[in-house]
Formats: sequence, C-alpha cells, structure tokens
Amino acid sequence: MKQYKVEVRVTPREGLLDPQGKAVEHALHQLDFSGAERVRVGKLVHFLLHADGDDDARARADDMCRKLLANPVTEDYTITLSVD
Amino acid sequence: MRAAVITFPGSNCDYDCYKAIRSVLNEPAEYIWHRETDLHDADVVILPGGFSYGDYLRAGAIARFSPIMSAVRRFADAGGPVLGICNGFQILCEAGMLPGALVRNVSLQFRGIPVHVRVERADTLFTDRYEPGQVLRIPIAHGEGNYLADEETVTRLEDEGRVVFRYVEPDGRVTEAANPNGSTRNIAGIINEAGNVLGLMPHPERVVEAVLGSTDGLALFESLRANVHAGAAREA
Repeated sequence: MKQYKVEVRVTPREGLLDPQGKAVEHALHQLDFSGAERVRVGKLVHFLLHADGDDDARARADDMCRKLLANPVTEDYTITLSVD
Repeated sequence: MRAAVITFPGSNCDYDCYKAIRSVLNEPAEYIWHRETDLHDADVVILPGGFSYGDYLRAGAIARFSPIMSAVRRFADAGGPVLGICNGFQILCEAGMLPGALVRNVSLQFRGIPVHVRVERADTLFTDRYEPGQVLRIPIAHGEGNYLADEETVTRLEDEGRVVFRYVEPDGRVTEAANPNGSTRNIAGIINEAGNVLGLMPHPERVVEAVLGSTDGLALFESLRANVHAGAAREA
C-alpha cells in the first residue's frame, strides 16, 4: 500500500454560464484589474488515499468524482496525484 | 393516504408538509428520519425543502446517500408517488431519479418571493385537480433553483410533456422577467418518465390554507390523495 496525496479540482462545465465567476470578474474589473477575463469559480477537494499503486489510486479517485465529488451534468473535474 | 415525510439533518419544511397532509387534508402523515431504512407502509413519500447537510458540496449531494434513499428508490421503482419540493427536488436530481441539476441562481441571490407558475400538465398524479394552463401563485425560497440540463435532455422533457410547471407572468406568458433563477426554459417542475416522481422548486405546502394568503398549492395534495385512493380502490 502506498499513500497518495490527491487533489480534485472541480469546475463549472466548459460552456455553462457560471454566475459566480461572472460576479467575481465584474468585481475584479471594478477594482481596475481590467485584464482579467473568463473567470470561473470551482472547488478544490484534497485528501490522503491509500492505494496499491498509481493506477489503483487514479481509478478510485475517478470513481469518487463520478459518484460524489462532481456532478457530471454541471461540472468537470481533474485529478492530480502525488506520492505522499 | 399515508404520507411519509423524510427528514434529513437540515430539512426545514418537513413540518409544513406534515401539516398540509395532517391538518389540511386530514390524512395520516409521519416523519421518517433519514437514517431509517423502511417507509412504514407509506402511500406517498415527500422529500421536503431545507438545507440537507448544509448544502455541503452541492445541494442534495450528500442526502442522496442517506440510508432511507434506498427505500425511496425502491418505492419509486415500484410506482409509488414521490414528491420532491425545493431541496427535495435537488436531492431527486442528485440521486438521478430526475434528469438535470439545480445550480446557483443567475442573480446569485437567495430568492424568497411569491412567483407565478403555469400548470403545463394537468393530467399527472400530482396535478389533475388543476386546469391545464392554470396560473398559480406559489412562493419560492432558494439560492440554487436554476434548472440546468443538456439540450438533448431538455428537448426530450419538452417532447414528452414532462415539464409540469413553468415560471410565468401573472397572465401566463413565459418571459425572462418571470424567471426568478435563470432556469432553462423557465422550468419550475418536472416529472419522471413513469409519471410518479415529481420535483419542483416552488413550495405548494406553504399555500394550502386561506390564512397563508393563498390556497393555490392545495390541489396538488388533493390530486395525490384522489389518485392514491383511486389506486387503492382499483387494487381492492
């Protein structure tokens, strides 16, 4: 068994309106950060995971994303693994 | 009609639903705690509004894994009527018992206001005491009521007549201004393919007595009762 650090980044699906991102973008512009655009707001979930190897760790993290951590209708996710 | 009102940690409209059944319809109702695994011979299951699990992760995302949800799913698969109101609708979507998802209101604001919805289908278990096209005044109270689904799903819902309620102007016109949360095609409530699982964001249980300012929600519960009784009579 190896111990992994897993980071799951969940973001609003590409192409979907993200009202939160829009509001943040608007606020940035009001602060004169005019160069900022296409702001999206997502979430970061991180945890430790005991798994047999890289493939096992990735497969289990992917399963977690599909079942709970992300909603496939509205969100995309990326998984980053590193050995702890 | 025995109604089971499922209570999750953070539910806060469970009493309103209980009262609508118990004191307005004069039918038996029972709270069932989400840790339970049995529906106690209920004829109808209601998933009430509120903030189950504090809306952590996503509204309804954790509640769908509560032990009682397996029983609710079996009940629905066997044709039992399930009504999800507000957070209950969000839970049904997260559980995959209804298609699509409910995301943050476009305004980013929590909206607690009376709205107008049009009855698109007056021939369901839940709505046949309404007139087709009838406009109801019913309150909403949510921050995540923006109904979203991919184009294919929405087209399918429309083609199959599964949009049951739509946000409209008081005169029944569908406009952007009448849409309180940005929902795709002003969708306020949908039903599953089999016609026994309904989810809606507005709160019919809050408008069942004149003292509450409107009785526009009452016919929903009366429809359910009449259909449950008719079903029982057929089986007898």
